[in-house]
Amino acid sequence: MARTKSQVIVVTSGKGGVGKTTTTANIGVGLSQLNKRVVLIDTDIGLRNLDVVLGLENRIVYDLVDVVSGKCKVRQALIKDKRFEGLYLIPAAQTKDKDAVSVEQMKALCDELKNEFDFVIIDCPAGIEQGFKNAIAGADKALVVTTPEVSAVRDADRIIGLLEANEIDEHYLIINRVRQDMVKRGDMMNMDDIIEILNIDLIGVIPDDESIIVSTNKGEPAVVNNKSNAGQAYRNITGRINGDNIPLMDLDSSNGLLKKIKNMFSKK
Amino acid sequence: MLDLSKLFGKKKASKDLAKERLQLVLVHDRANVSPEFLESIKDEIMKVLEKYMDIDEENGLDIHITTAKSEDGDFQVPALTASIPIKKVKSRN
Repeated sequence: MARTKSQVIVVTSGKGGVGKTTTTANIGVGLSQLNKRVVLIDTDIGLRNLDVVLGLENRIVYDLVDVVSGKCKVRQALIKDKRFEGLYLIPAAQTKDKDAVSVEQMKALCDELKNEFDFVIIDCPAGIEQGFKNAIAGADKALVVTTPEVSAVRDADRIIGLLEANEIDEHYLIINRVRQDMVKRGDMMNMDDIIEILNIDLIGVIPDDESIIVSTNKGEPAVVNNKSNAGQAYRNITGRINGDNIPLMDLDSSNGLLKKIKNMFSKK
Repeated sequence: MLDLSKLFGKKKASKDLAKERLQLVLVHDRANVSPEFLESIKDEIMKVLEKYMDIDEENGLDIHITTAKSEDGDFQVPALTASIPIKKVKSRN
């Protein structure tokens, strides 16, 4: 039986290295923490990374290409994350050709997974070639990740144009790696600047945070770390995806004493 | 130590430079016009205009895509800007 509100969300950016995979991992874990059934699909064939960010790299048997080519059943390729109830991963193939997956195959896979999961979240490769076309093929919505740099914003604009051309009209912006100290002295575009340029709805702003690198080192997404500012930003985004009304994070006070005191009282 | 940049007036914030450069480059990206495309527009415009006037094609003829404020003033929108020097308007009989 199809779940009534199942959604396929693609996480994309155009430019590489802006945080697509980290975002996919954190949102996936975050949604599972809200008791949702979530499957993450890594579509970056040849450059697989979502497995290692999630700490599931040792559990891979089958991959995306095996699934779409019919070499295994979907069920066999789903890696269950033992730490987070309801979270599953379909890893990308590491050794196969980029064109080993087609748009039709991805659409069919997304439709099948919608029957089983509340959220299907697709980690898109960088670029606008076949891998991008595959990643967006079955998507209902898109999250466009950018950083406050001219190159990333320019590529985000191109991606937004391509999403609209492919009739994915529900798309939201995530601004990653914001350095509030640089914003304050006028050396980094702020969120209003970027929204004005791209003319797109914002779903969250993530501060530049060392804890992301530490969490990637360990294979434990920062969204479950109550002390991480970026983790808090991801929890907020996750809540908004889930339909909750959560105000934007105040980046000015995210390192301040007041925030720390607030955190002490807000812990579960 | 004396800060020279302060002495000669405040420097523009680098983020404003980033924003301006982005807005300009995105107008071109979004318009998606190739030089060939622009050339064919130019040829068509010239064909029409030449019915009515003599154009000085050697001096200062310029047709290109640029930016303008939208009507509500909120957004930069692409605009076709043409500078077409006229030698003589043809008499209409």
